[in-house]
Amino acid sequence: MREPKRTTPRHLRSAAGILVSAFCAGGVAVILLLILGYVVREGIGAISFDFVTQLPHPVGVPGGGVSNGIVGSGIIVGIAALMAIPIGALTGIYLTYFGRGTFAAIVRFLSDVLSGIPSIAIGLFAYTVLVAPLQHFSGFSASFAFAILMLPVIITTTESAIKGVSRELYEAALALGVSRHQAIMRVILPSARSGIITGIVLAIARVTGETAPLLFTAFGSQFWELNPNNPMAELSLQVFTYAISPYKSWHEQAWGGALILILIVFAMNLGARIILKPKFR
Amino acid sequence: MAKLEEQNTVQSLGFPRASGIRPTALALDAAAESRPVPVRAKLPRVPRGWAFELCVYGATGAFGALVVGLFIELLWSSRLSIAAFGMSFLWTSEWNPVTNQFGALPFIYGTIVSSTIAILIAGVVGILSGAFLAEFCPQSLSAPLSFVIELLAAVPSVVYGLWGLFILAPVMRDYVEPLLERYLGFLPLFSGTIYGVGMLTAGVILAIMIVPTVTAISRDVMAAIPQTQREAIWALGATRWQSFQMVVLPGARAGVFGACILALGRALGETIATTMVIGNRPAISASLFAPGYSISSVIANEFTEATTQVYLSALIELGLLLFIISVIVNAVARLLLWTIFRPLEN
Repeated sequence: MREPKRTTPRHLRSAAGILVSAFCAGGVAVILLLILGYVVREGIGAISFDFVTQLPHPVGVPGGGVSNGIVGSGIIVGIAALMAIPIGALTGIYLTYFGRGTFAAIVRFLSDVLSGIPSIAIGLFAYTVLVAPLQHFSGFSASFAFAILMLPVIITTTESAIKGVSRELYEAALALGVSRHQAIMRVILPSARSGIITGIVLAIARVTGETAPLLFTAFGSQFWELNPNNPMAELSLQVFTYAISPYKSWHEQAWGGALILILIVFAMNLGARIILKPKFR
Repeated sequence: MAKLEEQNTVQSLGFPRASGIRPTALALDAAAESRPVPVRAKLPRVPRGWAFELCVYGATGAFGALVVGLFIELLWSSRLSIAAFGMSFLWTSEWNPVTNQFGALPFIYGTIVSSTIAILIAGVVGILSGAFLAEFCPQSLSAPLSFVIELLAAVPSVVYGLWGLFILAPVMRDYVEPLLERYLGFLPLFSGTIYGVGMLTAGVILAIMIVPTVTAISRDVMAAIPQTQREAIWALGATRWQSFQMVVLPGARAGVFGACILALGRALGETIATTMVIGNRPAISASLFAPGYSISSVIANEFTEATTQVYLSALIELGLLLFIISVIVNAVARLLLWTIFRPLEN
């Protein structure tokens, strides 16, 4: 039998098409490496022990760090997580074992819509309900904005994690005579735990990199601030402020801050994948 | 048989609860109202049934109220500006805090132009990348490559902005834009003074930011096309590319389109990276090299400096505008994606 000819125009076109698509996918991956490479190259020089332990110095004074921003990020994101996790997880439970019909569809739609609303609009909302009436910027208002940003991520991942647990398990629990809430709390949630934790970690990672709502909620601070009722420093906000400043020394600090930020966010994303792996694949 | 079962359940329901015999056949309905069984083992305490249900319904209600409240609050806070300028807010271009005259046209223009550039680039690159991951590349390469592309979505936008401002903008100014001007300079789009920061740079940064969204969703949508359809056309002698063109792409069209719209929504609302590279000049210019301004960046830049109530209200109205646009865009995208993924779930 004769070998089929592989160099007809359509075969060549096929090879070219595949090559172009490979080039696109490879190009996107290379851009990530480029960004990472530059952040590491420019940022590594700025990072030192002082950089993570010192307060920011005024322009012209060498040294200084972003310690207040790192701590501020931790506090703001921590409070946000405390607000968003219960509401998000319970709404996720509602969507799987309680919600039926129109209201569940509306809730699911609202969650999808909320995930697409620009963070700056949510920052404005936090401003109008928590900053304007109280007449001062605060870390807490930033946490509120972040909590809203986290909710759709937590709701969606909780919903899909619970859906991943077979319904027979739930029915078996009911058949043993436990009530609905016990079946959910003791059988379903423990089985879905890794998926839910993954969602929470991804939500935290998402808001850790977020800057826009902070501009008019946390506002930023040059000082050591642990009280969330006051304006607070936040790492990504510091990177932004330093980057758009006209000072060369601040630009270096911005790269250093960006490197720390990207390390934290990537660590959380990798962590989420590691948590997810054993159970769900 | 069915009758026997019915009898059994009726009887078992008739038993007093204290007897300890539980009606298993009707467990699904009965459990909801039954008391918790005494558990002797040491287990974490669980709130009582009604308290748990209250929490679930309360949290869901709170969530719904929050989203609706978000819209109402933004609408209420922009009432001053809405009353003062009405619909002309959308198509006048005077933005003057001194005379309290506010028109959003330059910002709307900037947002639309930068996002359009972004989706044109990211759409083509993302769909092709998704096709490569789902159709052409070996399994062993697909997973790590997907992972790298998805990590790109995790990069904080301030890092994109920083990279765009210090690395990409100079490259655009020194290499890309002069090249475009040389070969396409006869178009007004690619002529004029080159600054580095501007619409085109903002569009490119936005494209990089949204390309993972397009790639990941188009990959999933394409992977959802049944393998038998590909095999059918291969059996007719089609090449891999032809099977992609004739079977996979038409089948995945709605979903791929949805992915692009979802990504577009992300580009429209992106703030920090845009603010850092778009140039922040409220002017409508035909040239893509010229600096512009977007809705989100004007809010970011001017909100804390707004001195009068009308000014503040006008900025919040811009936020409301973003809110409404993103709700519409996302609703359309979700509908399109539903048409693909719904049949798979059932």
